[in-house]
Amino acid sequence: MGLKLHWRVRETGGAQGKSAPRTVAVAGNPNVGKSTLFNALTGMNQHTGNWPGKTVGSARGYCESRRFRYELVDIPGAYSLFAHSAEEEVARDYLCFGRPEAVLVVCDATCLERNLNLVLQILELHSRVLVCVNLMDEARRRGIQLDLKALEKRLGVPVVGIVARKKKTLNVVLDALDQLMEQPEKTPYKFSYPASVTKALTKTEALFVPWPRIRRQARWLALRTLEDSEALKGLLASHTEDRPLDVPEAETVLAEAQTLLKQAGVSREALRDLTVQTLVLESESIARQCVVRRQDRGYSTRDRKLDRLFTGRKSGFPIMLLLLMLLFWLTLTAANVPSVLLSRALFTVQDWLSGCFHAAGVPEWLHDALVLGAWRVLAWVVSVMLPPMAIFFPLFTLLEDSGYLPRIAYNLDRPFQRCHACGKQALCMCMGLGCNAAGVVGCRIIDSPRERLIAILTNCFTPCNGRFPTLLLLLSMFLIPTSNSLLAGALSAFLLVCLLCLSLAVTFGVSRLLSGTLLKGMASSFTLEMPPYRRPQIGKVLTRSLFDRTLVVLGRAAAVAAPAGLLLWALQAVCLPDGVSLLTGLSRSLDGLGRLMGLDGILLTAFLLGFPANEIVLPIALMLYLSQGSLTELGSAMELRTILAAQGWSWQTAVCMLWFTLFHWPCSTTLLTIRKETGSLRWTALAFLLPTLVGILGCILLAQLGRLESLLF
Amino acid sequence: MRTLADLRPGESAVVRGLNTPGRLRRRLMDIGLIEGTKVECVGISPLGDPSAYLIRETVVAIRHRDGKGVRIF
Repeated sequence: MGLKLHWRVRETGGAQGKSAPRTVAVAGNPNVGKSTLFNALTGMNQHTGNWPGKTVGSARGYCESRRFRYELVDIPGAYSLFAHSAEEEVARDYLCFGRPEAVLVVCDATCLERNLNLVLQILELHSRVLVCVNLMDEARRRGIQLDLKALEKRLGVPVVGIVARKKKTLNVVLDALDQLMEQPEKTPYKFSYPASVTKALTKTEALFVPWPRIRRQARWLALRTLEDSEALKGLLASHTEDRPLDVPEAETVLAEAQTLLKQAGVSREALRDLTVQTLVLESESIARQCVVRRQDRGYSTRDRKLDRLFTGRKSGFPIMLLLLMLLFWLTLTAANVPSVLLSRALFTVQDWLSGCFHAAGVPEWLHDALVLGAWRVLAWVVSVMLPPMAIFFPLFTLLEDSGYLPRIAYNLDRPFQRCHACGKQALCMCMGLGCNAAGVVGCRIIDSPRERLIAILTNCFTPCNGRFPTLLLLLSMFLIPTSNSLLAGALSAFLLVCLLCLSLAVTFGVSRLLSGTLLKGMASSFTLEMPPYRRPQIGKVLTRSLFDRTLVVLGRAAAVAAPAGLLLWALQAVCLPDGVSLLTGLSRSLDGLGRLMGLDGILLTAFLLGFPANEIVLPIALMLYLSQGSLTELGSAMELRTILAAQGWSWQTAVCMLWFTLFHWPCSTTLLTIRKETGSLRWTALAFLLPTLVGILGCILLAQLGRLESLLF
Repeated sequence: MRTLADLRPGESAVVRGLNTPGRLRRRLMDIGLIEGTKVECVGISPLGDPSAYLIRETVVAIRHRDGKGVRIF
């Protein structure tokens, strides 16, 4: 390897070697490669994607340079510090009150002017700032030339040009960071506000200077105080013990400052306009000096063409559906063979395990619990889930990386607007396709709290990856007449897309219902950035999505599946006084409701036991059907169909089962996440009740229709 | 008086001012819509709303209702 990297990666905390780590915040607009840089520097695999709002919450990681050890804090992307959404608030709060020693601001070289807005705001807050201009390669390709030296001069802080995707360009970042740390702190950047404003500002600033913890941010805080002192008081109260505005002289100082502004004819609203205007104009002037213009003004002919195709009136929706179909079809066809092989292998291991247990003289009940209970369910879950996931996730990540997802939100905004919700909800739903818990966290990108709640409450109406295997198996068992695998695959993919459309329709309905009742209100304003299309980095996508998503999700499912298998075995082994096992007792007691819903007691029991993870619902159901023992080997769809038909399944049962798989209570992880995100038990309860009611009522309706139909014909 | 919402795909204009208060005003200014800014409408969503605008080298989707708050020349 030609070039040696002089930093090592440590993923775990703790001060080792060099003195205590220096905290550096990594900030930047959404979608500028912030997470890529963070990952490259720290070696952590935080997922990155080409759409605004990918980093939700803030991740921490460590890295070492020649001189120091750094703790990097990856804060959510923000366009400005005048927080609009929950994640922008996180960014602002950390930059204002998190007291990082330095801030690393990542910019996109292809649209520097837009990024400078945030850079300038951060410069007003901090003096130790390093500006990293990312995507230099892409800028060059588009014929954009940047004068980084001039930029450095204008901003008064070091500027480095990087390509975050190429690790070797990153040494300069750490070197520059080292240099920055060794220099004495300078006074923060000062804007040229009109004289009247400056006077009022200096007066107010004096209030903050005596407080060492927030002294550095005095000017910024003073400006916010003049705009809205009550809001700022609230902000201070929730983030620091300092109370500069509660000192006795504060009131007179503020009154004087306001009088100064009033004399100059600057109202509060005008002051806000003025500060934003100053920022925009200053960015414009800097960009004019440092960027050599090109023809396309940030929107290349290629992107124009692609957008005409992907968001065109006639082509937008057909292409969206075709892409989804293709995604499912590839997943289905490619997953078939490995799934069968894996299942065979894992069940061979089971026989081997059994042999070992017997040879070692382990008691029969322990063998049954561990091998027939825990191992079998685990094997089932792994062989059913792993292959489709290992194909679906990378493919989906490719879509994500390319910049297509915001276009989905753009296409679907109108109906969301009709439901008085936010178009960005479509992005949360896309995340929900992978995992509902991730989707719920992703709802932070929605600005309005009301619309964010709607998105959270309806997220689990989108089937997550854990439910796909069940849906697929049901489709291939009961609704697909042909055994030609190519045709069957295409048909399943088509039906899956239909199911997704159904879940989208129900999402619209429930969103509308919520905004007409519990969460009354009109759609608020929103703006959605549509990033340039980027060629996904295929190799990286493959490895990252495999390790980050596939294995994580699989690990979680497996961690749940083994204990669930054990519990299942225990429920089966423990008998009630009348000689019936607990499990049979449970499923018998649920049988009435189950039949009413077109299902049966066993299926409801399986759904109940599948509460920790949706993946294990179908395995449990099959195990119960075949039971009186434990799960048998996974046969072909047709064999399963015969087994199920013997248990009284008809295609109506399959339809009801499909419906209930789409719409029932969220899994435990999702519920916990909702509790955390909403901070309220009542909303969490509603998030449980809503899909459950939709599921139960829908099933009852479907079952009655089915009965009616069979009476008629 | 023409507003951003009147702009058809392919048309360009220059921002004259904002006539909307509060959060929306802030947000629109944040994406760079201040007096004198050049705006081009680059597309319209398949269902007719929102539209996409090229503003200071970035493509941003804005709903018609919100676009009415931006006066243009």
